[in-house]
Amino acid sequence: MTKHTLPDLVPDSKIRLPKQAERTLGTGLTVIAVRRPSVPLVELRLRVPFGRAPLARATLLSQALFTGTTSMSSIDIAAELQTVGGGLSAGLDPDRLLVTGNSLVSGLDRMLDILAEVLTEPAYPADEVGTERDRLVDHIQVAQSQPAHLARTALLERVFGRHPYAVQTPTPEQVKGVRPAQLRALHADRVRPEGAVLVLVGDINPEKAIDAAERALSGWKGTGKDSTVPPAPPLEPGPLLLVDRPGSVQSSLRMALPAVPRTDPDHPALQLANMVFGGYFSSRWVENIREDKGYTYGPHTSIEHFIAGSTLVVAAEVATEVTGPALLETIYELGRIASLPPGEEELEQARRYALGTLRLSMSTQAGLAGLASIYASFGLRLDYLTAHSAALAAVTREQVAEAAAKYLAPARAVTVVLGDAELVEGPLSALTSVERTAE
Amino acid sequence: MARKVKIPATKYPVERLTLDNGLRVVLTPDRSAPVVGVAVVYDVGIRSEPEGRTGFAHLFEHLMFQGSENLEKLAHFRHVQGAGGSFNGSTHLDYTDYFEVLPSGALERALFLEADRMRGPRLTEENLRNQVDVVKEEIRVNVLNRPYGGFPWLKLPAVMFETFPNAHDGYGSFTDLESATVDDAAEFFRKYYASGNATLAVAGDFDVATATELIQRHFGDVPARPRPELPGFDEPGLTAERRESYVDKLAPLPAVASGWRVPDPVNAFGDYLPYVVLAEVLTDGDASRLVERLVQRDRIVTSIGGYIGFMGDEYQVRNPTALLLQAHMPPGGDADKVLRVVDEELDRLATGGLAPGELARTQARMATHLLRDTDAVLGRALPMAVLELQRGRPELLNELPRLVGEVTEEQIVAAAAALRPESRATVEVVAGANQ
Repeated sequence: MTKHTLPDLVPDSKIRLPKQAERTLGTGLTVIAVRRPSVPLVELRLRVPFGRAPLARATLLSQALFTGTTSMSSIDIAAELQTVGGGLSAGLDPDRLLVTGNSLVSGLDRMLDILAEVLTEPAYPADEVGTERDRLVDHIQVAQSQPAHLARTALLERVFGRHPYAVQTPTPEQVKGVRPAQLRALHADRVRPEGAVLVLVGDINPEKAIDAAERALSGWKGTGKDSTVPPAPPLEPGPLLLVDRPGSVQSSLRMALPAVPRTDPDHPALQLANMVFGGYFSSRWVENIREDKGYTYGPHTSIEHFIAGSTLVVAAEVATEVTGPALLETIYELGRIASLPPGEEELEQARRYALGTLRLSMSTQAGLAGLASIYASFGLRLDYLTAHSAALAAVTREQVAEAAAKYLAPARAVTVVLGDAELVEGPLSALTSVERTAE
Repeated sequence: MARKVKIPATKYPVERLTLDNGLRVVLTPDRSAPVVGVAVVYDVGIRSEPEGRTGFAHLFEHLMFQGSENLEKLAHFRHVQGAGGSFNGSTHLDYTDYFEVLPSGALERALFLEADRMRGPRLTEENLRNQVDVVKEEIRVNVLNRPYGGFPWLKLPAVMFETFPNAHDGYGSFTDLESATVDDAAEFFRKYYASGNATLAVAGDFDVATATELIQRHFGDVPARPRPELPGFDEPGLTAERRESYVDKLAPLPAVASGWRVPDPVNAFGDYLPYVVLAEVLTDGDASRLVERLVQRDRIVTSIGGYIGFMGDEYQVRNPTALLLQAHMPPGGDADKVLRVVDEELDRLATGGLAPGELARTQARMATHLLRDTDAVLGRALPMAVLELQRGRPELLNELPRLVGEVTEEQIVAAAAALRPESRATVEVVAGANQ
């Protein structure tokens, strides 16, 4: 029988960026168009600055953006889009209003026309807004019964304090008070092209696609209110915050650690340090608490970037009875990466993973559209992929050790646990000081 | 506006071959991005697990990642990710898949890893106990510790079906999972994980001749074992409505889901496809029939979805399966009323037909969804591996947008007319939070 051994990897080819074009229109809207002709579709992303917008109104606006224009009902909009194989939807994060869509490439002009009408002639009809308001209230109520949502809410409050990022979901009561006229006013104030970025990716000629966008959106004008968010406050470590959820069969463990933006010279080393610690399956932390101990199913860590600051978030749902031991192993692994340099082989493995997943993320129209749109929010372009790959390839073991010591030290963590406090407070108190609160 | 757009199609090339040990192979090259997707699919799923061993097919999927002939525990993950790739596996009613997506220079490594575990996983007591713990946490996070956990995919089959294969909870009971033994796992592997009971699909940036040679090199000497006979899981449809409800202690609002049996997806594909389109006519977007009526006009649900197959895998499921509608309701919502209005709308469709342009726009949007899925290498490798396994027709993936576009109004009307209240199974979630 043939002996089978692990085959070598064929070295990666150089990263090849797709053909693209960019133009900032007279209205202040930047349009980026990228050609990937793999399937006869086009992906659309529009990000409009929305920092410091009133939360309840902004959230409802994002849910009600497609409820109607002066000439179209919500059903007309949906049906017209469907006719060209299209669909559009909107969402909100603390910095931006985001419109996401796609259609058959033959429908690009029609999709842009409909988007233009939604942006320039919104009606926010009372009936439809009422429906969306009730749905949003119900949706928030359901979210509030989900442990992952509750744990995140508690972590954000603890991390951001009085900063606008501290609260990212309005209460049902706040939403109930929002009127259609307030949405019209907010739309007029904030849904403006100045500083907005439209990304189109697909089976398109980039210059012609920008021409099409310019034609369709020339009537969308004006400058929005200042959306500058003050810098996020530094993390203030303190006692572990234990949020009581009586009867919970798992505890939601969350930690926030300091991080830096993509453009910071420390970022590539921090990204690799995070990988080695817990940022992918073959990391120390996941191999420890899942594959060795069986405490959890999907532990993960990630660096979250917002305009006003970046945070590294550690998250795991662990069985109630092992909540203490899971925290112990997490503190141990953070302490280990912050105190001792990583091994050569584990660093190379993490580096190859980081480089490979960059390539995978740019291999589809939707992936490219997401990257181009997110990067553009931070003033970056797709050539960041090339620069970042080069930076990742150059990071040394010493730089990773330095970054880990600086950012991943458990002493710098803000920790929140959501779980059955009666059962987990004792074991957690054995490891750190605990401050208990009701859900 | 009834203007009809032309529905485009993909032309991904498809090469098929079968190795001497029975492994069926599908190759679909596309060199537009330097990545490859590799999928191995075994013809065994939740419906084949033995009584007293609920959840075993899924538990076994976990064990396939725990080391194999030449690989220690953890090695599989490290070798895929250390090549810049991602991996996963999933257990369905009728099949279990294992897959990687990687930079194209790692193709041979992925083939080696899949072939190694096809020869045999390292089944040890320690790995088994560890993965039973992990699976229990998976069930806690996805079912027990969250509202609407397992709704409706784990809750409706028990109402709709009589026989163990179709009716039981595929995630499994903790008692059954804890009772699983290494011997059970060895027997399950021996019986179902034969090379002749599997397909391999490779999609993306590779040369067909080179890939064929690599596949021969790594899979050619996987020993052949007899392929198990494919069991029939059919059972009679309902003759009277069935309805059950349960209290979800974590759910703040009520919900309801109904299922109706549909024609055999594999052996009566022409009869089946109209139901796939019907589900979209009813629920895809704000202009669909049920969203317009139930969400916008009557405001008796906050959301409604419709699809086929309990896991939403309409082109990768065998008979028996169902068209499902699931709806979440506002406080005090009335499931009876929701079902009455659904029946009314089905009647209206069955008697009054479709509006001008309604079918064409639904088909156009379905084409976008189908094409978008195939843009990812795994969006080709995975479905093609399953289509080869279940139908011997991986090229069906290229044909789906056109076939969906050829479904006629008469077929939609007939499908709607077949969804009768008396053939429906319903499960209702009673909100138990804050009570």
